[in-house]
Amino acid sequence: MQAIKKQSTNKRKHKSPFQLALRRFLKNKLAIGGIIILVIILLAAIFAPLLTEHDPTYGDLLKIEKPPSEEHILGTDSSGRDNFARLLYGARISLTVGFSAMLFTLIIGVITGAIAGYYGGKIDSIIMRLADLVLAIPFLVLALTIIAILQEVTVMIFVTVIAITTWPTLTRIVRGTFLSLREQEFVLGARAIGSSDFRVIFKHFIPNAIGPIIVNATLMMASMIIIESGLSFIGMGIPQPTPTWGNMISEAQNIRILKDHPEAWIPPGLGILITVLAINFIGDGLRDAFDPKSNRR
Amino acid sequence: MTNLQTITSYSGSDDILLDVQNIKKYFPIKGGVLKRTIGHLKAVDDVSFTVKKGETLGIVGESGSGKSTLGRVILNLLDPTEGKIYFNGQEISQLKRKQVRPLRKDMQIVFQDPFASLNSKMSVAELVEEPLLVQTSLSKSQRKERAIEIIEKVGLRADDRLKYPHEFSGGQRQRISIARALIMNPQFVICDEPVSALDVSIQAQVLNLMKDLQDDLGLTYLFIAHDLGVVKHISDRVAVMYLGKIAEIAPKKELYENPLHPYTQGLLSSIPVIDKSKKQREKIKITGDLPSPANPPSGCVFRTRCPKAHDRCAVEQPLFTKKADGHYVACHLYT
Repeated sequence: MQAIKKQSTNKRKHKSPFQLALRRFLKNKLAIGGIIILVIILLAAIFAPLLTEHDPTYGDLLKIEKPPSEEHILGTDSSGRDNFARLLYGARISLTVGFSAMLFTLIIGVITGAIAGYYGGKIDSIIMRLADLVLAIPFLVLALTIIAILQEVTVMIFVTVIAITTWPTLTRIVRGTFLSLREQEFVLGARAIGSSDFRVIFKHFIPNAIGPIIVNATLMMASMIIIESGLSFIGMGIPQPTPTWGNMISEAQNIRILKDHPEAWIPPGLGILITVLAINFIGDGLRDAFDPKSNRR
Repeated sequence: MTNLQTITSYSGSDDILLDVQNIKKYFPIKGGVLKRTIGHLKAVDDVSFTVKKGETLGIVGESGSGKSTLGRVILNLLDPTEGKIYFNGQEISQLKRKQVRPLRKDMQIVFQDPFASLNSKMSVAELVEEPLLVQTSLSKSQRKERAIEIIEKVGLRADDRLKYPHEFSGGQRQRISIARALIMNPQFVICDEPVSALDVSIQAQVLNLMKDLQDDLGLTYLFIAHDLGVVKHISDRVAVMYLGKIAEIAPKKELYENPLHPYTQGLLSSIPVIDKSKKQREKIKITGDLPSPANPPSGCVFRTRCPKAHDRCAVEQPLFTKKADGHYVACHLYT
C-alpha cells in the first residue's frame, strides 16, 4: 500500500511557481469571465466587416439621427453614419490603442526601470528625476499640450503621447522590484558562481519580477482605454470620422441626442465599461495568482 | 603592527590556501542634500589571518561584527577598501570581474538563509547545474550526471532534481545550497552561518554532512557563525571578531580551555552547562550593545563593554600578542 502511494507521488509532475500561478489563475471564476468577455469583444472587433455591411466612416446626409430600424440597428449619428458599424469598428480602435499604448509603455518602463534598479547610482538618479519631472505635470495638461502642438493626431501619434506621459508609473514599479531583488541572497549567489550581468538580469531578475510587471501592464491597459475615450470625448483624441467609442460618446455632448437618442451613446458607454471591467478582473486574477499571499481575506 | 606580521609570517609556505592581510572594508555614509560622504562605517577593520589547506577556521562574532562582510570581501563580491588577499599564492583582491570568474570554481559560498539564497523560480536541477552551465562547457547529459551525483552526495534523492525549492524544508534547501556550492569541486568554501536559520535537530544533520563532505572531498572551510557551540563542533581553529576586528584567534581546544580575551571569556561563559559534574565557568557578563561601527570607541573597541577595562584601553589600540603556539590575542591585559 505504501509502495503504491510512494510511486504515485513520485510520478506526480512537479510544478514550477509559474505553472502554480497559472493554475490559481484558471481557478479564478471572475478572471475567466473577464477573459471570455474580452475574447467576445475582440472577435466582434476582428470580424466587424462580417457583422455589418455599413462603412463606419460613410455619412449619408439624408439619414441623419435616424432611430433604430432594420437597416440601422442602432440608428445613425448626426452625420448619418451607422451607429452599429461604428460601435464594432470603434472596438478595434479602442482595443488597439489600449493594447499598443500598454505595450509601448511596458517597453519604456521595463527598460528604464531595469537599468535604474540594477545599476543604481547616477544613472538611477537621472532616470528617476526624469520620471518625477513627467509625473509632476498633470497628465491632462501634458497630453493636451503635446496634442495641441502636433495638431494632426493619428492612432500611432496618440499611442506615443500616452506612452511618454505614463511610463514613469511602470518605471517606478520595475525599479522598486529590482531594488528589492538586488539585495536578495540568491542574486549574490548567482554572482558568486560567476554569472554575467546579462544572465543575472534575464535568469534571476526578470522571472522574479514578471508577476508585478504583468499585473500592472494589464491594469494599465484598462486605464489606457479610458484615457483614449476621455480625450476623444473632449475632442482631443483621435479625430473624426475615425470611429472610436470616445468619439461616439462625444455625440452625447449634444443635449438633444442625450435626451432623444440613448441608442447612440449608451452602447459605446457600455462597451467601455464592460471592456475595462473585464480587463480589471483579469488583472486582479493575475495579481492573486502571482502573489497568493495578498488579498486573502 | 609587527605582531600582525607574525601571524602571517608563514605565508608563502605550501599548505596555506588563503592568506588575508590587513583587510579593511569601509562603507561610505552619505548625507546631506548633495549626498557627500560624511563618514565611514568600518565593517571590517584591519583583519589578518591565514587558512591552511584542509582545515576549518571558524569565525565567531555577534551581529554587526563584520563577519559576513569579511566573507563577501574574500569572495570578491565586495571590493576591500584596503588590504590584500592571497588565494593559492595569487593576489585576488585587485582582480577585475572577468579575471575573478575562473576563480569562482575554486571558492564557493553557502549562505545563511536557505529561503532567500535559492531562486524560487528555478528547479533543483537548474539550480544545481547552474554553476556548471556558467563555468564549464559540459554537455547537458554530463551536467545531469554530475548533478545527480552531487545531489545524492548531499543526501537528497536523484528524482528531487525535478522539484522546486518551495517543495523542500529549510534543511533540505540548505542541502541544495551545499550541492550548488560543491558541484564544481571547489577547494575552499565560505559557510556564512549555514545553520543559523535551521532547527537545532536539523543543524546537527547539516553540520555532520558538511564535516563528512570535508573529509571526502578535502575541502577547506571558513565557517562563519554567531554561536560558539556550533563552531566548536566543526572548527580546527577559531577567530573571535568584535566590531570589525579580530579579538582573539587560537586552535579550538586552546580557545575553549584557555580563553584570554575578556570578550571570548564572556562568550564562553554564556554557553549554558547542562552537565552538573562539569565545572561552571566563571560568569562574565557582557552588558550593553555593540557600539556603532560608524563611530567606534577610541583605543580598544571592546573597552566600553569590557569588565576589565583600564585607562590604557581608551588611549591605545591593543596589538596582537602571541600567548601560546598559534594563540594570539589583542588585549592590553597581556602586553
